[in-house]
Amino acid sequence: MSGPIGRGIRHVISRSLAVLAICASATLLGLPAAQAAKDNVVIGMGIEPAGLDPTVAAPAAIGQITWQNVFEGLTRINEDGKVEPQLATDWTISDDGRTYTFHLTSGVSFHNGVAFDSSTAKFTLDRARGENSTNPQKQFFSVIDSIETPDPSTLVLKLSKPAGNLLYWLGWPASVMVEPSSANTDKTAPVGTGPFKLGEWRQGDRLTLVRNDAYWNADDKPALSSATFRFISDPQAQAAAVKNGDVDAFPEFGAPELFQAFEGDPDLKTAVGNTELKVVAGMNLRKPPFNDARVRQALMMGIDRRMVIDGAWSGYGQPIGSHYTPNDPGYVDTTGVHPYDPARAKALLAEAGYGSGLSFSIKTPQMTYATRSAEILQALLAEVGVTLNIVPTEFPATWIDQVFQKHDFDMTIVAHAEPMDISIYARDNYYFGYANPDFKSTIAQAEATTDETERLSLYGKAQTMLAEDVPALYLFVMPKLGVWNAKLSGLWTNEPIPSNDLTDVRWQD
Amino acid sequence: MVAAMVKRLASLAATLAAVSMVIFLVMNVLPGDPAAVALGTSAQEDTLAALRHEMGLDQPLPVRYVHWVGGAITGDFGTSATYGVPVRGLIADRLAVTLPLAGMAILLSMLLALPLGILAASRQNGAADWIATIFSQLGVATPNFWIGLLLILVFSTALGWMPSGGFSGWNDGMINGIKQLFLPAVALALPQAGVLTRVTRAAVLDVLSEDFVRTARAKGLNRRQALFRHVVPNALAPVVTILGLQFSFLVAGAVLVENVFTLPGLGRLAYQAFTQRDFLVVQNVVLFIAALVVVVNFLVDLLYLFLDPRLRSSR
Repeated sequence: MSGPIGRGIRHVISRSLAVLAICASATLLGLPAAQAAKDNVVIGMGIEPAGLDPTVAAPAAIGQITWQNVFEGLTRINEDGKVEPQLATDWTISDDGRTYTFHLTSGVSFHNGVAFDSSTAKFTLDRARGENSTNPQKQFFSVIDSIETPDPSTLVLKLSKPAGNLLYWLGWPASVMVEPSSANTDKTAPVGTGPFKLGEWRQGDRLTLVRNDAYWNADDKPALSSATFRFISDPQAQAAAVKNGDVDAFPEFGAPELFQAFEGDPDLKTAVGNTELKVVAGMNLRKPPFNDARVRQALMMGIDRRMVIDGAWSGYGQPIGSHYTPNDPGYVDTTGVHPYDPARAKALLAEAGYGSGLSFSIKTPQMTYATRSAEILQALLAEVGVTLNIVPTEFPATWIDQVFQKHDFDMTIVAHAEPMDISIYARDNYYFGYANPDFKSTIAQAEATTDETERLSLYGKAQTMLAEDVPALYLFVMPKLGVWNAKLSGLWTNEPIPSNDLTDVRWQD
Repeated sequence: MVAAMVKRLASLAATLAAVSMVIFLVMNVLPGDPAAVALGTSAQEDTLAALRHEMGLDQPLPVRYVHWVGGAITGDFGTSATYGVPVRGLIADRLAVTLPLAGMAILLSMLLALPLGILAASRQNGAADWIATIFSQLGVATPNFWIGLLLILVFSTALGWMPSGGFSGWNDGMINGIKQLFLPAVALALPQAGVLTRVTRAAVLDVLSEDFVRTARAKGLNRRQALFRHVVPNALAPVVTILGLQFSFLVAGAVLVENVFTLPGLGRLAYQAFTQRDFLVVQNVVLFIAALVVVVNFLVDLLYLFLDPRLRSSR
């Protein structure tokens, strides 16, 4: 073909090939150079945060970028889940557990130069507990009755009742310190006291943090000069980005079935750690058959947790018997309370009057762990005569509306992400509809106990109560599947709270 | 011509008014409270109320509708509830990715489909026709995101020629930008090229059987001359129609490919905003795409005038 169109096409094709060749050679030429003392890192994340202020919105991705990097709290939670001092150097608690006196770290300033002192701390806490507060964890601060600032480095909190978890709560992303002139714009231009400040956020693609050279903590200056977070939601694309080195680390890799391929790769380090994500199948206890404890216990015994973990999450994950993870302080192993026993499950169902079978629906969010777990529950429960109908339910918006707020569901399945949140079963009208006065008083007692040993033993009692009563089917704790360049060190293996603390991250030679 | 323009503008306004009402109602009827999505499962009732007030969600529906449309008319699309930045800037940023991507995909699909379709029709039942048929069947049957994954596996993971995804913006240079959009454009273009090949082949075959083609051959033109002087120009109208439709599809419907390649495009923005119930972003993106579809259709109509002299004489 040699007409004008033919010539034109040939021209365009040869031009495109030329562009292709240029692109290819640019890649080849661009490869070396970056060997000398690398001090930046590219971190992959599956979900982009909605705003950057953890004190006004709940999504975990906000804390995973800003907590400890941009923002810091009076206390912090370390990799083992323990409370450590941060902007408060130390504290004293009165004997009645109702007065907390914090001594604040001196010489701390925000990224915009404003000094941190007791007045900014008071501002932060007042903002979080005030009438117009939109803090997702406002209940943490509701125990605070009044705040006093006798001098710039002393902060006194007077509580309306003892709160044994206060120091832990103050370490959360929702409790980080902000200052008045920037608080309202932290969502897009976060200003904290942390070792990194915001460089640039290109919505939908990436976000860069740069080192704060004026960081107050001389002992803990970060080695990195900058860190870029890239948002990659598709698991296959996540795997490709890790393999190519387009990202240096994927601390929370999204697909367990693709994760195995990284193990044994000498250029990569894999780290399977703990999270606080408890996968539970909640039931609507307000209505039959779930108002009958025997039915719930039978359903629990109809489930082989190990099989759920193998089938849904490629064998990664720890079975749980209650709403508590093995990494939380005070954990009690309750997986043996209602172990997998289909014969007993059937007998118990018959005793409850459902010998001829039972049928109900499970509202299932689109997340992979939820859909796969629901399918395995369906198969396992079929063995004991229960027909489970899977109803896909868009998460979060539709799920929150139908299940969480309107309680329009039989069973559902979701991973509860908040650390140490066993007290949700003591809340009035929470979505499970669990109303057990004994449980409530146990939790109230635990929260009011300042002595750690005593408090943890009360949490142990609470765990056993849930394991026996089965207000939800307790399945497993999701693992933190981390994969990163073998030369990179300092990333957390565990995730006791949603985070990517970059302070100690560095490249090894 | 002027009358046609005025008519077009009126229809644009009517379309946008209807679309704005429908999308506004749909977003508000669907289950999902943006405040609850933002504040999560530990939020207290008073916190939710405070946030709803801040977002203006406590105002009656008609007030909110008028507020939104009034703003949109004056160019103020409001602020994204999730990102906290002006919606206008968000859409503009995303267009800088989506428009070039759609353009490249259209160009690639034309480069593939037009020659293949014309060749297939002119040699009906020949080898080229076979290849064209198989190609278009495969193209139509293969989802673009799957092609995208294959392209990543081959050109990025195995060969290392191309980045696996992401888009670092046009500030890093034209070549770099084109390079980052190239694989996604191919992934989008292949299925479109499948459709376009089929349409081109059918259109050319249609015209080939017309009397005037026989007359042209009888006048002494050879096959090729007849094909390019008489057949192809007359076969272009349906091809242009499909191209117009495809462009609208590429701007609005590239969500899956944008997801696989992690491109900050308009489709992914709409999807993310929808999951977060970021009402203003969804509403404005939908309105914008509706406007774009109407405008592209208008341009396609103009092209008809150019392609078909019969339409130029005003009725």
